[in-house]
Amino acid sequence: MDADRVGVSDAARALIEELKTQHGPIMFHLSGGCCDGSAPMCFQVGEFKLGGVDEKVGEIAGCEFWMDRDQFKRWAHTRWLVDVVPGRGASFSLEAPLNKRFLIRSSLCAM
Amino acid sequence: MSAQVRPSSQSNGAPIHESGSFAAHMKTLERKIPLHARYGNFIGGEWIAPLKGGYFDNISPTTGQVICQIPRSQAEDVERAIDAAHAAAPKWGRTAVAERARVLNAVADRMEQYLPFLAAVETYDNGKPIRETNLADLPLAVDHFRYFASCVRAQEGSLGELDEDTVAYHYHEPLGVVAQIIPWNFPILMAAWKLAPAIAAGNAVVIKPAEQTPLSLLVLAELIQDIVPPGVLNIVNGFGVEAGKPLASSPRIAKVAFTGETTTGRLIMQYASENIIPVTLELGGKSPNIFFADVMREDDDFADKALEGFAMFALNQGEVCTCPSRALVQKSIYERFMERAIKRVEKIRQADPYEMTTQIGAQASNDQYEKILSYIDIGKKEGAKVLTGGVANKLSGDLSGGFYIKPTVFEGHNKMRIFQEEIFGPVVSVTTFDTPDEALEIANDTLYGLGSGVWTRDINLAYRLGRGIKAGRVWTNCYHAYPAHAAFGGYKKSGIGRETHKMMLDHYQQTKNVLVSYGTKALGFF
Repeated sequence: MDADRVGVSDAARALIEELKTQHGPIMFHLSGGCCDGSAPMCFQVGEFKLGGVDEKVGEIAGCEFWMDRDQFKRWAHTRWLVDVVPGRGASFSLEAPLNKRFLIRSSLCAM
Repeated sequence: MSAQVRPSSQSNGAPIHESGSFAAHMKTLERKIPLHARYGNFIGGEWIAPLKGGYFDNISPTTGQVICQIPRSQAEDVERAIDAAHAAAPKWGRTAVAERARVLNAVADRMEQYLPFLAAVETYDNGKPIRETNLADLPLAVDHFRYFASCVRAQEGSLGELDEDTVAYHYHEPLGVVAQIIPWNFPILMAAWKLAPAIAAGNAVVIKPAEQTPLSLLVLAELIQDIVPPGVLNIVNGFGVEAGKPLASSPRIAKVAFTGETTTGRLIMQYASENIIPVTLELGGKSPNIFFADVMREDDDFADKALEGFAMFALNQGEVCTCPSRALVQKSIYERFMERAIKRVEKIRQADPYEMTTQIGAQASNDQYEKILSYIDIGKKEGAKVLTGGVANKLSGDLSGGFYIKPTVFEGHNKMRIFQEEIFGPVVSVTTFDTPDEALEIANDTLYGLGSGVWTRDINLAYRLGRGIKAGRVWTNCYHAYPAHAAFGGYKKSGIGRETHKMMLDHYQQTKNVLVSYGTKALGFF
């Protein structure tokens, strides 16, 4: 795991702290596919069952950040900042009822 | 609307639906019903306020303004809806197929009577242009109910004559109560894709619309509440974690159908695995649209059709699971083809969604808008070249707060993120190939397999590509057609199941085998 791969904005960090207070320990899994895909999904630890197909790609604000290993291969040349924007998405992610949505902003890894 | 719903004014006290493009458009329509400032859940044929009293604001992406309030339902509301569905399911399951088909046809007729109105509401709620809701979303939804009305009438069980005295009968039986969670890109059409087969098959349904676009299905329910028997259709609104999870994880449902993305798809499968119930999932794709050199051999109608096929990435603002968001163009025609393709894209009219000449409208939500812009950003950072677009679009007047993005064409290669992830916006990433084998290799180099397009005048080539692409649908010399009676669904991580075809009835039915011996003699075993 590259410790610098996943970063977090101040606004997202504040939201994560709020969600921890509300829900206890939480984690992230990066989604793929359509609609609300390619966005981080935030769950209580244990809610989403991780499997052998998943890879831990970082930690943000004390929360593990996971994604599908095959998907990771296609994202591996980039690094990501987890940010938050107004909105709610349509997912089971914990922040939606607060009318906020986590969002990935990406940059290239140094060659 | 029944008495359970109390229309109330917005929190800011401003009258709703009375100014702006939507209001002006509504004035032109003859047949309509009032919209309410606040909606209930539709449960057991009645409009029920959320039991804990919570609501959330529903925003029109055309203006960014609040247009109504929607129940922020919790587990108790979902339980109530499942109760209502269980109360209705046994009788509906025994109802003659002729009667079930009559109900579906009556729903279709009512939708057709109110089609321009429903189209206007869909545009208001989702942001897509009125041209599209009038000519595509609503007519397709109407036809879908009629299609499954006819499928269920024509469906037959089977019998197998195992020997002279032994017959295996196979009956179709409904599953009972099924859960459906639908997306926000085609709110009414996706509801129709799921409701029509489920209800035709004799099930009672609890459906949760997407939280970005809950209005149009509620308006539709109000229009058809006198047609569908109470409890057969139940609509619960709210957020995924608060309402979607209790629905999808309930031990009292017999099946879950979901359209969305992969992580939630896995979560739904996980809940279903606990209850050992089936799921159908449609989780999107990254569909390749392949143009062979011979499309440019003549400057004729077919070449024009292929160029339109390229521009199809912008349909519905790119918010389509099968958006042809990767274009593969044979190298020998690349320059000529792209010169014309870009001109075609630059002619796309993005304007007031209520004008019939507008071709693309607003993205469905702010977070979607932001995500698309973040993808345009990483595309540029990855070194992809912006051939056109690449920026947001600011419209004027009451549309200035809406979520508009210019149709964008990137040139790059298939290893870039913009070629691998569904952006769900009006963005296409273009690359080249030399040979059919290379085209196939690039087309299949994706985690997904939902849609694809092949454009060529050579039927043998089209056939080979059509069979070689690992995707559930290969549009051949066409794209973005969604007729009932053509199966739709994914290979690979794009999901499980096939919608928009009579085979979807099977996904909502049990098979009952009655094995009958007509012999009268003992076997002689004991």
